Amino acid sequence: MKKRMNDKLLILIFSVVILAFPLILAPTGAAYPDLMQRFAIYGIFAIGFNILFGLTGYLSFGHAAFLGVGSYAAMWMFKLLTMNIFPALILSVLIAGIFSLLIGFISLRRSGIYFSILTLAFAQMSYNLAYSVLTPLTNGETGLQLRLDDPRVLDTVVDAGSLPSTNLFGLEMKHVFWNPEILGYNLQFNYGFYVCAALLILSFYISVKIFRSPFGMMLRAVKTNQTRLNYTGISTRPYTLAAFVISGMFAGLAGGLLATMDPLAGADRMQWTASGELVLMVVLGGSGTLIGPVLGAIFIRYFNSVLSQINEFTLHAWFSFGPEWMTNLLVSIVDPFVGEGWELTLGALFMLVVTFLPGGLVDGGQRVGRWITGANRRAAKAREA
Amino acid sequence: MSNFKVNRRGLLKSGAVIGAGVAMPTIFTASSAAAYTNEPTGGTVTLGFNVPQTGAYADEGADELRAYQLAVQHLNGEGDGGMMNTFSSSELQGNGILGKQVVFVTGDTQTKSDAARASAQSMIQKDGAVMITGGSSSGVAIAVQGLCQEAGVIFMAGLTHSNDTTGKDKKANGFRHFFNGYMSAAALAPVLEARYGSDRNAYHLTADYTWGWTQQESIAAATEAVGWNTVANVLTPLTATDFSSYIAPVLNSGADVLVLNHYGGNMINSLTSAVQFGLRDKMVNGKQFEIVVPLYSRLMARGAGENVKGILGSTNWHWSLQDEGSKAFVQSFGQAYGFPPSQAAHTVYCQTLLYADACQRAGTFNPCGIAEALEGFDFDGLGNGPTHYRGSDHQCFKDVLVVQGKENPTSEFDLLEVVEVTPRAQVEYAVDHPMFAGGALGSCNDGS
Amino acid sequence: MDAIFLQILNGLDKGSAYALIALGLTLIFGTLGVVNFAHGALFMIGAFVAVTLSKVLAISKVVLDPERLDFLGNPAKIKTPYVIEWFGSFGEWMIDYTIPLSLLLTIPIMIIIGVVMERGLIRHFYKRPHADQILVTFGLAIVLQELIKIFFGSEAVPMQTPDTFTGALDIGIWFGFNPGSVIYPYWRLVYFFFAAVVIGGVFSFLRFTTFGMVVRAGMADRETVGLLGINIDKKFTIMFGVAAAVAGTAGAMYTGVNQPVFHMGMDFLVLSFVVVVVGGMGSLPGAVAAGFLLGVLESFASMPGVKNAFEAIGLPSIDQIIIYLVAVIILLVRPRGLMGKVGVMEE
Repeated sequence: MKKRMNDKLLILIFSVVILAFPLILAPTGAAYPDLMQRFAIYGIFAIGFNILFGLTGYLSFGHAAFLGVGSYAAMWMFKLLTMNIFPALILSVLIAGIFSLLIGFISLRRSGIYFSILTLAFAQMSYNLAYSVLTPLTNGETGLQLRLDDPRVLDTVVDAGSLPSTNLFGLEMKHVFWNPEILGYNLQFNYGFYVCAALLILSFYISVKIFRSPFGMMLRAVKTNQTRLNYTGISTRPYTLAAFVISGMFAGLAGGLLATMDPLAGADRMQWTASGELVLMVVLGGSGTLIGPVLGAIFIRYFNSVLSQINEFTLHAWFSFGPEWMTNLLVSIVDPFVGEGWELTLGALFMLVVTFLPGGLVDGGQRVGRWITGANRRAAKAREA
Repeated sequence: MSNFKVNRRGLLKSGAVIGAGVAMPTIFTASSAAAYTNEPTGGTVTLGFNVPQTGAYADEGADELRAYQLAVQHLNGEGDGGMMNTFSSSELQGNGILGKQVVFVTGDTQTKSDAARASAQSMIQKDGAVMITGGSSSGVAIAVQGLCQEAGVIFMAGLTHSNDTTGKDKKANGFRHFFNGYMSAAALAPVLEARYGSDRNAYHLTADYTWGWTQQESIAAATEAVGWNTVANVLTPLTATDFSSYIAPVLNSGADVLVLNHYGGNMINSLTSAVQFGLRDKMVNGKQFEIVVPLYSRLMARGAGENVKGILGSTNWHWSLQDEGSKAFVQSFGQAYGFPPSQAAHTVYCQTLLYADACQRAGTFNPCGIAEALEGFDFDGLGNGPTHYRGSDHQCFKDVLVVQGKENPTSEFDLLEVVEVTPRAQVEYAVDHPMFAGGALGSCNDGS
Repeated sequence: MDAIFLQILNGLDKGSAYALIALGLTLIFGTLGVVNFAHGALFMIGAFVAVTLSKVLAISKVVLDPERLDFLGNPAKIKTPYVIEWFGSFGEWMIDYTIPLSLLLTIPIMIIIGVVMERGLIRHFYKRPHADQILVTFGLAIVLQELIKIFFGSEAVPMQTPDTFTGALDIGIWFGFNPGSVIYPYWRLVYFFFAAVVIGGVFSFLRFTTFGMVVRAGMADRETVGLLGINIDKKFTIMFGVAAAVAGTAGAMYTGVNQPVFHMGMDFLVLSFVVVVVGGMGSLPGAVAAGFLLGVLESFASMPGVKNAFEAIGLPSIDQIIIYLVAVIILLVRPRGLMGKVGVMEE
């Protein structure tokens, strides 16, 4: 009973925090629609992956392919049918589901690193083909974009000279509906982010439900000892396949949303490094935990966008407080790690987190929490004495 | 009253659903009444420089950034003014643009369309950039151009050579100063004919993606027009790192010319393999075997080392040019950084100046005003001779350089020599040329 | 026929690089049970040891020549490398033979890097899940690659093979082909023989020395060997160094095949993992065999005739996917790869 209450509270807090992003994130410089939408989208992607990897321990290196397939499916709906995102998202989830069913069915015949390499092989094949031969379908290198002469059979043309925007029954995704000035920050509230946020909260809810269900227990049992399960006469494959397809559908939804918020689907997002990034997000945040994957996704997206935009001039402005030699020294120390060096920082950060915080950021947070409560307890004891 | 915006087309079909939204009190609606996206209201104007800082083209991106910083200094009246002094239009006074000081933000495209768009978005939404420029590959340039069109800002393309950028993917808000595959081919073909004769059999190796295809299509058409025969066109994967298995079949194919439609790392590796297999010393049907690299860049030539010697290709600009504009730019860039600029640096410097000049002439930062000022603009003094920005596809028309790997370089930068400056008239084409057909410019978008 | 012969040579050449990297990966996995995603980076670092040597040899005395001007109008700098200044023709020989000479440096440097890596980082991960090992070594690979980029830039660095081995050899006449129909670059042949020697060396080291016997015993049953009072950990650390040296020398020699660039390690990483898995995790002969097999298949797939034939049956661009396709088929037919052992890496 207590557990159920806790879950409700968790979902509630999670929802409130996510919905208040444009306000909370303002001081961090991340409160602009595009990045907040990416936070939510990659959060969904990571939540889905966590259902497979966090629960069953099966490490897939191919989930970026499902994201890509979802994006392509959504783009084709925008091009052929309508700019309404509703059918596009449904199709991207469905197509990604079918695609992951096929790949999962084959890959899950193996386990361990053999499984990882099989998924990697499928993903690389998809990427290579999408980049070159499948160009009529994917527009290859350039990525699939909207064009003025797309049919869009359900839509009526309003302005022949400009591309239409994605919308949910008329609500334009990119439209900023409230643009107030609060505490000196210019806040931007747009529909796109709230669509993403709503779906993220829904995904989170589903993930909590799966974690608490008998199905989730079974998946955990697979991770703990699959051989024993097999000896007791339980075939684990239907369960792992179900987890694989569910996580594939989450990836498809994320891919569809990416195309919805920014109507372009590029082959790059199917590359194995994109899958690797996903694994890093989940592990960084804390795999197998509920909130970890979302934290990891936000963390990596934030660093990716913020670090890469710092240049020598920004640094000079930051460090201009001291004498000039000190400014120059600080700039020359920090410069290799930002701008063109942001990947270096990210790589080093992973090594530190994986080495010292095996449970990811969530683990780190719990340790800090324990340390604080422990300190309180010690303080209380000291007062008593 | 309320400037709550709904998609009219959507509204027609789903009026009932939207009802609740329309009833929202005006306090919740957008307060800013900017006339266009990111209208600069303070004393500064922000430009967004979006270049590859990681990945295979990072050196090219770094050189672009250097040129951008130089351009910003010159616009703000610092430094020696560079090509501003030789530019035929004298609107720029060295006091910023329209009196506003120029500031900039930078981002990393990673040479991936996704990352490039995310980076450009953050410049537009977070930093208030009124113009985005940069890029070192066509896929990225086309992706970002599409984004700028939708967001209502101007895109000044950097190094992008695919026909599609101003062909089937052209956009009203996007402008390209760099040349393209068709121009490379049109400039190269006469030189190839003069050097190697009109009776040649060419074997093409082509990077298997959009740029490679348009490049191959252009060069095959141009060489066939002078009488060459295309023996084969083999597509090579972008991810290939070793080209030996693509080069070996050339040996006994009967071809006497190898055309490498590759760029960057692909070009360096395929050229290296071709030279290793002794193709340059080979005689076929009594003719000396030749290798052609249609698109050259000095940075790539450096990577390929000795192998580029004597090999023909084309380039947009080269620092050894002796016109006043080029000399001023090389001087100014060389003083600042100690080495001569690359063609990527040159094109982005020109683009920044052209943009600033257009703002000045239009008297506004409004993308539609700027587009109007750039369309049909004729100028000179930026290193390529008299140049025309065509209004119907936003492509610059200017002389194209045919270059050759230098036999005896005098320094590490002196790798290419200009063998011919092909006049502009020879590389011009009709706007509805089949290689550029299939797209529409659309109408300019200022985001209002 | 000559075309097929050429592609076999190409395949063996490509396969050499795959096999050398896969061999090191398998050694590390077999001895330490660690999945090392930084192995490609070791290959890359080896290549850049050679680059560094070439840069060091090129350090020059600069004399200003007022007669000639550089591009800014200042007096041009005339550079003479110090080694030529000091040693004359021997200095020239050293510059010419940079790549082979670099092996003398690569081997000790890579062993040190390997041992430091194992003692400093990897050993903390023996008891951790394979996913953690993959992640931490992947992070390390990114860091190493970016560091190299800071120092050497993102463009390829041109390297020259020794004059004697530059150009191509008419190898076809030895096998009865018409003169000039099968010519093959010298250095690629050198690379193949180099790979054969290294692979043979590693195998005989493990087969015929006491050290190798202990290591093989440790690979089979680490605990028992430990109980016999043998310090197996130390031996395994040395094996990590050896594996790093194999990758590093493979990289140094590769600079004569293709120009080294900072991301070359990542380019090989995925392929070499596919090779290891196709060969069977933990099997050294499997890794080598799979390396050459995939190299040859990849070469055949890129022949125009083969490409056209596959396109005709609706599988265009077979060369883009051949390695992955073969990997999928082999893993489905032979669950543990070509020569894998039961139970290895299946948990």
